[in-house]
Amino acid sequence: MLRKTLGCFSLLVLVFSLTVSARAQSHDPLSLNAAGATFPYPIYSKWFDEYRKAHPGVEINYQSIGSGGGIQQLKAGTVDFGASDMPLNDQLLGTFSFKILQFPTVLGAVLPTYNIPGVSAELKFTPQALADIYLGKVTKWNDPEIASVNPGVSLPANDIVVVHRSDGSGTTFVWSDYLSKVSPEWKSKVGSNTSVNWPVGLGGKGNEGVAGLVEQTPNAIGYVELIYAIQNHLNYGTVENSSHKFIKASLATVTDAASGAAVQMRQDIRISITDASGANAYPICSFTYLLIPAKIANATKRDTIKDFLHWMLTTGQTQVEILHYARLPQAVVGIEERQINEVQ
Amino acid sequence: MSSNVTVVKRAPDSGSVRAFLHKLAVGDAVAHLITLVCAASIVLITSVLVYQLWTNSALSRHAFGWHFWTTQAWDPVFEHFGALAFLYGTVVTSVIALALAVPVGVGAAIFLAELAPPQVSDMLAFVIDLLAAVPSVIYGLLGIFVVVPFVRVYLAPFLESALGSLPLFKGPSYGVGILTASLVLTIMIVPFIISVSREVLLAVPREQREAALALGATRWESTIKVVVPYARAGIAGSIFLAMARALGETMAVTMVIGNEPRIAASLLAPGYTIASVIANEFTEATGSMYLSALIELGLVLFLVTFILNGLARLLILATEQRGGSHA
Amino acid sequence: MSLRTAWRKSVNVIMLSLTGACTLVIISVLFFILGYLIWNGGKDISWDFFTKLPAPVGEPGGGMANAIVGSGKLLLLAMLFGVPIGVLGGVYLAEFGGRTFGFLVRYTTDLLNGVPSIIIGIFAYTVVVVPMHRFSALAGGFALGVMTVPITVRSTEQFLRAVPNPLREGALALGASKWKSIVTVILPAASSGIITGIMLALARVAGETAPLLFTAFNNHYWSSGWNQPVSSLPVMIYLYALSGYRDWHEQAWAAGLVLLAFVLVVNVSTRLVLSRRTSVPR
Repeated sequence: MLRKTLGCFSLLVLVFSLTVSARAQSHDPLSLNAAGATFPYPIYSKWFDEYRKAHPGVEINYQSIGSGGGIQQLKAGTVDFGASDMPLNDQLLGTFSFKILQFPTVLGAVLPTYNIPGVSAELKFTPQALADIYLGKVTKWNDPEIASVNPGVSLPANDIVVVHRSDGSGTTFVWSDYLSKVSPEWKSKVGSNTSVNWPVGLGGKGNEGVAGLVEQTPNAIGYVELIYAIQNHLNYGTVENSSHKFIKASLATVTDAASGAAVQMRQDIRISITDASGANAYPICSFTYLLIPAKIANATKRDTIKDFLHWMLTTGQTQVEILHYARLPQAVVGIEERQINEVQ
Repeated sequence: MSSNVTVVKRAPDSGSVRAFLHKLAVGDAVAHLITLVCAASIVLITSVLVYQLWTNSALSRHAFGWHFWTTQAWDPVFEHFGALAFLYGTVVTSVIALALAVPVGVGAAIFLAELAPPQVSDMLAFVIDLLAAVPSVIYGLLGIFVVVPFVRVYLAPFLESALGSLPLFKGPSYGVGILTASLVLTIMIVPFIISVSREVLLAVPREQREAALALGATRWESTIKVVVPYARAGIAGSIFLAMARALGETMAVTMVIGNEPRIAASLLAPGYTIASVIANEFTEATGSMYLSALIELGLVLFLVTFILNGLARLLILATEQRGGSHA
Repeated sequence: MSLRTAWRKSVNVIMLSLTGACTLVIISVLFFILGYLIWNGGKDISWDFFTKLPAPVGEPGGGMANAIVGSGKLLLLAMLFGVPIGVLGGVYLAEFGGRTFGFLVRYTTDLLNGVPSIIIGIFAYTVVVVPMHRFSALAGGFALGVMTVPITVRSTEQFLRAVPNPLREGALALGASKWKSIVTVILPAASSGIITGIMLALARVAGETAPLLFTAFNNHYWSSGWNQPVSSLPVMIYLYALSGYRDWHEQAWAAGLVLLAFVLVVNVSTRLVLSRRTSVPR
């Protein structure tokens, strides 16, 4: 009796999964696979969803495994395109067996987010303080380096729990790139890359993981992209920029940071805009890039990707500001529209 | 069962006895062949697995040699890879988990084998086997939302205040860390110790217990001085099995260990294990050296669990044979 | 009563109660796990959870319909791969096996059983994903299938051996050839045990996450066919639990409840069937 029930049950499961997968198959959408940065994941996931609504039958499956993962899986050929906050330099491009084109998509900000019990105020951070916290030299929240620029906030004498990324991350690249520019000690001891030798701290997987750890661990500090701090209701601080003003990350201040970039990008679309000059520029911003192979054999895939890129540069750009990413400067859009023609 | 018996059927109305014989013979031979191929494919799969692990880690093995296991650095940028931190994390979490799990597990096994009435014992053993069936990711889920806050809010401060003079318990309590991972591992491996130890204890012949009791021992004394030593090989086997399981455990540990490739004196600090680093970094290992280093870690994990499992089986077999047949 | 005897008697009582306490602790852990999952997951189980696709990041709502179906698909592929090899391999060991080769097969089966699941994942990556140049349900199913083989082989062999010899001899005496007696008499006699062995193996791999991380990968949409990345419950639980989104945490609990319910139901029902026969192979 039991055996018959078990048999019927397993048969039902079989039939169920076969019919459902057959149903999904009958639509037979074009499936593209992509992987990479977690920095722009919220806007990419929104874009791919919107694109699918506009073009039913095209499903772009994007997995946020970190910029390092995006680069590696693109190299291994397991995904159709990748995404990275760190632009690929010539040395890295040389390790690929095929040519890669890099398309900036949005501008985002990386900010220090914290979870200090009893402190809901917006803290100010100097570049030196951030470097010293992540170097392990500043270990308590009420350290003079932090307290001196935050008069009026009573900071507890608790140990700072430093959170960084455990995976290969473009966000890490942006953060460490900034710290390298403002702290010679950081530059010589740690340097900047998607994966660095962190002096202290816990590792979280993805922007999501860092946000999760900060949210659940009192006295934690972590670095995440702006939208993650907002969507997870985390406090985040202001950072002192090169004009010695404490700037809060926002659409305006991020756009400001990229204002001089378009000219340089005409020569080379890869650019670092951390520690940008400009009175109201937020100092820790970055473009993020889609990594598209220059030659795509499958004609349908190629045309879909090119169409998506056009869509991204026009309709897509109108959707980024709701998620607090800044639009690409118009000049850059022009450069990219021309670059799309190079995809063959 | 190895003789291939071909039954000759007397077919009175056929001129094709030979053809029929032939068909029969072919049928059996075909069946033998098919099942042989399937059995051989198991051997093939395992060999290919070992071969792949060996060849794909060759780059790293030749570059670093034995230094791989004595260096702490894990630097993908400069391609300096050293496994010491992962070895430390793996060994320490497993040892602590065993230290906690063995007394509890053997204790429960003793209760189930010696004291509980047979039906109660069977039912409880059944329930404990279910604990072994819970997927690792669910232990991880509970680890993040139950064990981590517990360690951070209650256990770590308590340990720091009581034993804070020892470097083992110094440092801020993150919640995640080596201790938390060890606690989660403990719960995961206890069912294995209990179920194997219980069977091994049940296999000890009655005469041994009765002899001890006849000599005036209390129940406890007969258990701890006669039955358990008699079954000690099997219990040791269960410990090896549990250890192999703990060493290879990936998901639950990854979710609560803190992902920090560094050796720290304190148990409250974050760490990293071999299985966790493979899970976290495999998809992003750019460069063949990086990938090769990760696979070398996998190779060693495989070898260690292989040896432990082999020893465990031998010990359990030895005890069961010694004890004679059991129900 | 001398002091020594009193001491021995009290030690006896204390230690035996301690062992009882150990057992109680372990049992209560299981009930705690179950209770906590039902409490937290039960709140968020909804029709949406079973029928909707995941929502874009940060937007509340959505469900795990594709993960549930994806897990089903992976189990199906695992069965397709693992059951023939496992059952037929078990038949070989029980009915045809030579001494040395049979020993080799049993030894490697035990070896395969002890391999950590992440290593199986590496193996499937190098053998399926890299040549195919894509993550796929096939790679995930292959990894899971490899994990079901040892359990299936051992339980098949055990239950075949348990079929009484008179049954075998009777079949042969009636004129059946060896293979025919296996197919028509011996296998059916052992079938309930073999099927329960298969189900146990499936319940075991249903909860595996590590081998899927770089084989089946993940998919936000319905995955068509067998050569696309596919979503699965354990991977979704892992990803959602690690994030900071409260909505994702709730969905992770719900998924955990569904997964655990499946695993426990299969385990309980198969062990009930088996307890009427011999003990369960480990």
